[in-house]
Amino acid sequence: MLKFWDSSVGKKVVMGLTGLILVGFVIGHMAGNLQIFLGMERYNAYAKLLQEDLIEVTWAVRVVLFVSVVLHALSAWQLTRRSWAARPVEYDMREAQVSTYASRTMRWGGVFLFVFIVLHIGQFTLGWKWLLPEFARGAAYGNVVLAFERPLWVAFYLVAMFFLLLHLFHGTWAVLRTLGLARNAAEPLQRRVPLIIAIVVTVGFSLVPLGVALGIVR
Amino acid sequence: MSGTMNIKLKVWRQAGPKAPGKFEEYTATEVSPESSFLEMLDVVNEKLVLEGKDPIAFDHDCREGICGMCGMMINGVAHGPSKLTTTCQLHMRSFKDGDSITLEPWRAKAFPVIRDLVVDRSPLDRIIQAGGFISVATGSPQDANALPISKMDADEAMDAAACIGCGACVAACPNASVSLFTAAKISHLGLLPQGQPERYRRALSMVAQMDLEGFGGCTLFGECMAACPKGISIDFIKRMNGDYIWGAITEKPEKVTLGSG
Ligand code: HEM
Ligand code: SF4
Ligand code: FES
Repeated sequence: MLKFWDSSVGKKVVMGLTGLILVGFVIGHMAGNLQIFLGMERYNAYAKLLQEDLIEVTWAVRVVLFVSVVLHALSAWQLTRRSWAARPVEYDMREAQVSTYASRTMRWGGVFLFVFIVLHIGQFTLGWKWLLPEFARGAAYGNVVLAFERPLWVAFYLVAMFFLLLHLFHGTWAVLRTLGLARNAAEPLQRRVPLIIAIVVTVGFSLVPLGVALGIVR
Repeated sequence: MSGTMNIKLKVWRQAGPKAPGKFEEYTATEVSPESSFLEMLDVVNEKLVLEGKDPIAFDHDCREGICGMCGMMINGVAHGPSKLTTTCQLHMRSFKDGDSITLEPWRAKAFPVIRDLVVDRSPLDRIIQAGGFISVATGSPQDANALPISKMDADEAMDAAACIGCGACVAACPNASVSLFTAAKISHLGLLPQGQPERYRRALSMVAQMDLEGFGGCTLFGECMAACPKGISIDFIKRMNGDYIWGAITEKPEKVTLGSG
């Protein structure tokens, strides 16, 4: 067990498994959020379901997600340190040949996603006043509308979704290889399904701040 | 002579492993487009020797793309601009008159520079020593069809066995990861019946050794595959990961050899 965690492949597998859990979560979370377009009543009822009626389930999910994010970020951090140490003298010149922009932004994009996750939870779940002074417990719909009436928050969420798009584009493709599950391919670098997943998830999420900003949701 | 080229070279010069290195500039004059890249360097070196200077050290042996000795970063690309080509098989017709070419050694903590463009690639040997073999005597060659092997497996094993151990995958990888080499060596044995008994133990031992040598981890950038003169596919890395996971689940701890070095 310890030897597994010590090895670069083992850490990557942990990153992949926890990443998969997070992918499953973001798909469900995105679908749930879209209920905002069904009106305040429906949306607040959904929020109440998660916050009161199913609170035990919610807590179980929260624990799994918390552990996943911590392990995911920890393995990412440690592997990044190892990679940096593996090339102490940089090239004067090294030209990327086939690596995607997405793959090259996994690390800093991941850091941004981490900051986003903290602020997002602080804003809508914990109700930190400095993020959303008008936050009211139990008024999920109102909180969302109040937040996204501010262009700065809309912009911040859209930037985060851009990084999520990149992260999912590389991540959902890479994870099948990390876990040894993908099939051999003539063009192993080609990825279509990951692109679809990444677009569906990020567009779905982005519709909410955009809906408020455009006055469709108010 | 008409049709020849003048090429500006910027070359990493380093007297020894501990010595500080720096770039030096040279001009290769009257280079024939038909000459190979290493022949161009030979001519530059002859001139340097005549001038009483140290020639540029670079690794090479077969000069026909099969031994894996040669290799350097050529304008930021491992083995230079031709796909599926070792440095020794690169020809000057890939360049134009007046081009500037930057030459650097493979850069990785695990590949210390010995001199100029020559690096120590013995970590690759130690990764093989850690498990890249079959322990039982498999006998003298049998009749070709005595041991049935599917055409697909045979082809795939041959694709993996094409690796010549040049180290370009490490050089090109932003993580300085040796995963492509290790995966190729694990797979060409693991795909064949003779390699089955040690398949998962092999993956555990060889991965442990590559970590021990100080290479980075794989992030599936894909740069290794683009640099590899033998076109080794990153599908083998996926296979190595799968073998490693299964080995971690099934292999009894005392069977795992820890690797040397
Ligand atoms: C907490 C902030 C996060 C950080 C710091 C982070 C960082 C990283 C890094 C550095 C990688 C490795 C890239 C590679 O090896 O190619 C990675 C992979 C991945 N991430 Fe994240 N990430 C974060 C959040 C997320 C989220 C929210 C999701 C899901 C929506 C996610 C899903 C994935 C997946 C599926 C992979 C692929 C794993 C693999 O290659 O096997 N990550 N992440
Ligand atoms: S996998 Fe390709 S690039 Fe890497 S050592 Fe083998 S032949 Fe060279
Ligand atoms: S010198 Fe043998 S492969 Fe280039």
